[in-house]
Amino acid sequence: MTAVQERPTQRPSGGSLVQQFEYGLDAPICLTWELTYACNLSCAHCLSSSGRRDPRELSTEQCEAVIDELQRMQVFYVNIGGGEPTIRPDFWHLLEYAVNHDVGVKFSTNGVRITPERARFLASTDYVDVQISLDGATAAVNDYVRGPGSYDTALTALQNLQDAGFEDAKISVVCTRQNIGQLDEFKALADRFGATLRLTRLRPSGRGADVWDELHPLPEQQRVLYDWLMAHANDGQSGVLTGDSFFHLAAFGESLPGLNLCGAGRVVCLIDPVGDVYACPFAIHDNFLAGNLLADGGFQQVWQTSELFADLRSPQTGGACAKCSFYDSCRGGCMAAKFFTGLPLDGPDPECVQGYGETALAGDRTIPAASQDHSRSTPARNQPVMLKLMTRPPVSDCAESPLAGFEPGHQGSCCS
Amino acid sequence: MPDPLLEEAWGLSPSVALRPEPFGALAYHFGNRKLTFLKRPELVAVVRGLAESPDVRGALRAAGVPEEQWAAYAAALRGLAATDMIRPRAAEVAA
Repeated sequence: MTAVQERPTQRPSGGSLVQQFEYGLDAPICLTWELTYACNLSCAHCLSSSGRRDPRELSTEQCEAVIDELQRMQVFYVNIGGGEPTIRPDFWHLLEYAVNHDVGVKFSTNGVRITPERARFLASTDYVDVQISLDGATAAVNDYVRGPGSYDTALTALQNLQDAGFEDAKISVVCTRQNIGQLDEFKALADRFGATLRLTRLRPSGRGADVWDELHPLPEQQRVLYDWLMAHANDGQSGVLTGDSFFHLAAFGESLPGLNLCGAGRVVCLIDPVGDVYACPFAIHDNFLAGNLLADGGFQQVWQTSELFADLRSPQTGGACAKCSFYDSCRGGCMAAKFFTGLPLDGPDPECVQGYGETALAGDRTIPAASQDHSRSTPARNQPVMLKLMTRPPVSDCAESPLAGFEPGHQGSCCS
Repeated sequence: MPDPLLEEAWGLSPSVALRPEPFGALAYHFGNRKLTFLKRPELVAVVRGLAESPDVRGALRAAGVPEEQWAAYAAALRGLAATDMIRPRAAEVAA
């Protein structure tokens, strides 16, 4: 008997895919590339704290070189985001460049540049997926976190895509306390535009850390979400996508379809606008920085030789979760969610559905300071209202629920 | 009765790329965006060999798959066919 269990470092032959993925892949499956930190919006929960362009942003030529390398590595597609990627003047060029180099593109946008003309161009292009971000099925709920006007912008973009004959756009929703009750409405909206609904998890990353306490779904809402996802798991082609982001819900019982594993540094990573490579899109912090593709010999070099990634690819121990009978289902949940709420990485997820997260959150913890921030220094015209609200001390109703008194259609009624 | 698939001529779909991985390969279909994992190097060899063989049986033999496993491999190939990762070689079917 040994006191310390030795962590195996040899990849097993055969075994499940999850076991194989734990040891990492020669190239990522799911690579997110934030092209710019510049953004026309100032969403309250922005995972990359975007707003201002970083002057060190990769040039067009540098971006092309990244695409060339992704083609060599057979990274079949990239998820392009930001910031708002379409406000880069060379965005459309880079999109075509990637597609012409066997790198399919799925890009996330708030829709600001999806004009009828661009929509027609997109409809004529193969291997391009468009994801329109929408965090409320109604303007009131969406604009509360994404800012005034952002709902209309998104719906106009969806309409333009549909009118141009672009098939199967994605509506990408971050699930929050305010919109969990709108899941059926989101689905109806997607059906209306011939789009597919994509639901993802709110992480306390970037500015999300500032509003997570207020926005993250309540325990009973997690159950609602889980049941809804299970009911729509087998909808086939018109089903609901999740980016495999809800694996912490697997501890309710049955695993959701997809990869029930933290893929950070194993099958997933992020390239940021200045070429920094992070373990996952939700982990933009020095602790998860694997290297820089300009300074460290290219993306492949970083992916294959970074010490951080090697560490993430050695099987993780369950820590405090090892004794939980659901550990094999959720595998401890989301690394980024734990880190940015100040919880130990080998303990429960803050939203652990078995309730261990609440206990952990109630204990001693220090929320880590952000290691970078590209938020605007002065408030934007279309900044979400909730940020202004938060600058005032809470009063009676709001002391219990930050959203008490919040009525869709009457922004600003809370605490006023 | 042996699977009739064994007698047919198949090949990788033109929209599919295979990426070698330590456990086998990833197959990605640029058309339908499906990603499939070929979890055994032997299956990768069979899939790669399909186009050069007159029929599936030939590809299995060339990849050194023992005959008692052919039924299982035929089932795996049917799974790949369901998402258009591989498809019948239409030209020869038409001929």
